[in-house]
Amino acid sequence: MENKDYLVLGDKKFESRFILGSGKYSPELIDAAIKSAGSEMITVALRRANTKDVANILNYIPENVTIIPNTSGARNADEAIRIARLAREMGCGNFVKIEIMRDSKYLLPDNQETLVATEVLAGEGFVVLPYMYPDLNCARDMRDAGAAAIMPLASPIGSNKGLATRDFIKIIIDEIDLPVIVDAGIGVPSQAAEAMEMGAAAIMANTGIATAGDINMMAKAFRLGIEGGRLAYLAKPGRVLDAGADPSSPLRDFFD
Amino acid sequence: MNIKSVHDYFPGMDIIDSDIKEKVKEAYDQVKDIRVAKADVLASLGAERLAYRDLFILLSHEAEDLLEEMAEVARAKRIRYFGNNVSLFSPIYIANYCENSCRYCGFRAKSDIKRAKLNYEEIDKEMKALSETGIEDVLILTGESQKFSPIEYIAESCRIAKKYFKTIGVEVYPANVEDYKVLREAGADFVTVFQESYNPETYDYYHPYGHKRSFAYRFDTQERALMAGFRGVGFGTLFGLGDPIEEAFKLAVHASEVQKKYPQAEFAISLPRIRPTHGADNSLDFNIVDDKKFFQIMLAIRIFLPFASITLSTREAKDFRNLAVQYGATKISASVDTSIGHRSKESQDEGDEQFVIDDIRSTEETCKDLRKIGMTPVFTDYINL
Repeated sequence: MENKDYLVLGDKKFESRFILGSGKYSPELIDAAIKSAGSEMITVALRRANTKDVANILNYIPENVTIIPNTSGARNADEAIRIARLAREMGCGNFVKIEIMRDSKYLLPDNQETLVATEVLAGEGFVVLPYMYPDLNCARDMRDAGAAAIMPLASPIGSNKGLATRDFIKIIIDEIDLPVIVDAGIGVPSQAAEAMEMGAAAIMANTGIATAGDINMMAKAFRLGIEGGRLAYLAKPGRVLDAGADPSSPLRDFFD
Repeated sequence: MNIKSVHDYFPGMDIIDSDIKEKVKEAYDQVKDIRVAKADVLASLGAERLAYRDLFILLSHEAEDLLEEMAEVARAKRIRYFGNNVSLFSPIYIANYCENSCRYCGFRAKSDIKRAKLNYEEIDKEMKALSETGIEDVLILTGESQKFSPIEYIAESCRIAKKYFKTIGVEVYPANVEDYKVLREAGADFVTVFQESYNPETYDYYHPYGHKRSFAYRFDTQERALMAGFRGVGFGTLFGLGDPIEEAFKLAVHASEVQKKYPQAEFAISLPRIRPTHGADNSLDFNIVDDKKFFQIMLAIRIFLPFASITLSTREAKDFRNLAVQYGATKISASVDTSIGHRSKESQDEGDEQFVIDDIRSTEETCKDLRKIGMTPVFTDYINL
């Protein structure tokens, strides 16, 4: 067998590095979007799935796709923990993306509370994916608390602004020996490719696809961007030289 | 007894530490006389973070000429924050006794409407009947009477509602922090109170007596509810009473200021317009807001408060609601009956309706219509922990 380039999270291996969000379009469109995206993971807001409605989103997710319930709606660690447990009871598996927000306007994550929830849930056997500000110290604490990956935000959620936090995410990629999944703010495939070239392990995107004119075509475009970025990362890009770079070397002048 | 000024409080009413009333008034005073040009409207539409001045510009008569451009921006924000989701809820009127005197309302104390109050068994039947339509988000309403609908009566109704619904909102008389704690404990998640009018003079005219006469106490309601631990709060003004631009402006600034002080809370804006009703004073000369202006107001609020839910009631016609949900509104009611005890058909003591509704669609019909226009009905978006 050749060495496949798998993404490993918990006890699962994934070929796809594209995690699809589900919250902003009709459940009926999910199946086609997953196929176009080639995704093997999809996030679901448990607060949306916790319904008796026949159109429950969980009924639309193909069996071979791993559901990652998220804790959106939680405002502190305690609520996130309870939502995660409820998700497991409902048969959503062991994965959980922790989202804790104390601000209804910008929906920015609360790193401190997320750390508390990560520690408790990792201890209960969850595969914990904490959504957080790209803060190196906190990322280390998340790792030590048992996180399966780090999910730093690229820019404010839903903004499609791309890698506004690029330098900080790069530091986390360089320093933390866990998959780094870039989440929030990735609006177009070029931004996804950029993050992957930088060494991100995967991309999570929702709004960029959900708000596109053609959801399936955009899902496919993201897949190609992510695959391209990953290949470029593995290929180890050559040096990028500025146009008109001076070929003479001050070192050569000195030593010769 | 009565209070002389609407800025006064009745004995026993909580007076909290807040300067938001003054802030709202100041914000309006600073912008109310500015002259708006088309270029201002375009600049405000292009702004990423809108100041209060931008809000006023988007509400102005001048902006009406740029309704299409406003709609584009509003739609983009609506999609960014809510996708194509439309939350569904339904109100349950459990009592229509009222001690207030609002000149425009069918429930007011002087009105000759038939009064009723459901007992717990009847409430259970009503709620069961409603939940069978698929609704998971309920709004419990009473007329404003502490005598006939004491806190414990409302709290018990919330406990019953917990058996059938995921989300419970209450739209009852404004209460003190301690009473809100009782309702929260009983399972209520959201408190909605409409200010009716944000202009104290207009408010004074329409609310001659009863506890509701205190503009000040009513204004503080959302803060008291949040102090008691509620998840979120709803704001509203009744369009048709005051000047619509002033009302919409102050409504949005009020919500914005409360959000700054309580950033973790969820925010909802309701946009009710005056409807014909039996029992109101029909000699009144309302500031009727036409469809176009009303739509513009909704767009301006969506652009200014992109994160807030906007609710349209069945006072509005089906076609208007179908259009509005695509550009601004995110929550609508379905299977609505504003009278008391009609749903289960078994209540002994049925009471008259508060106002006449226009959109009489069932939950199922509403869902079908939403899907037809590419929107997704959502029954629950909340975990009751």
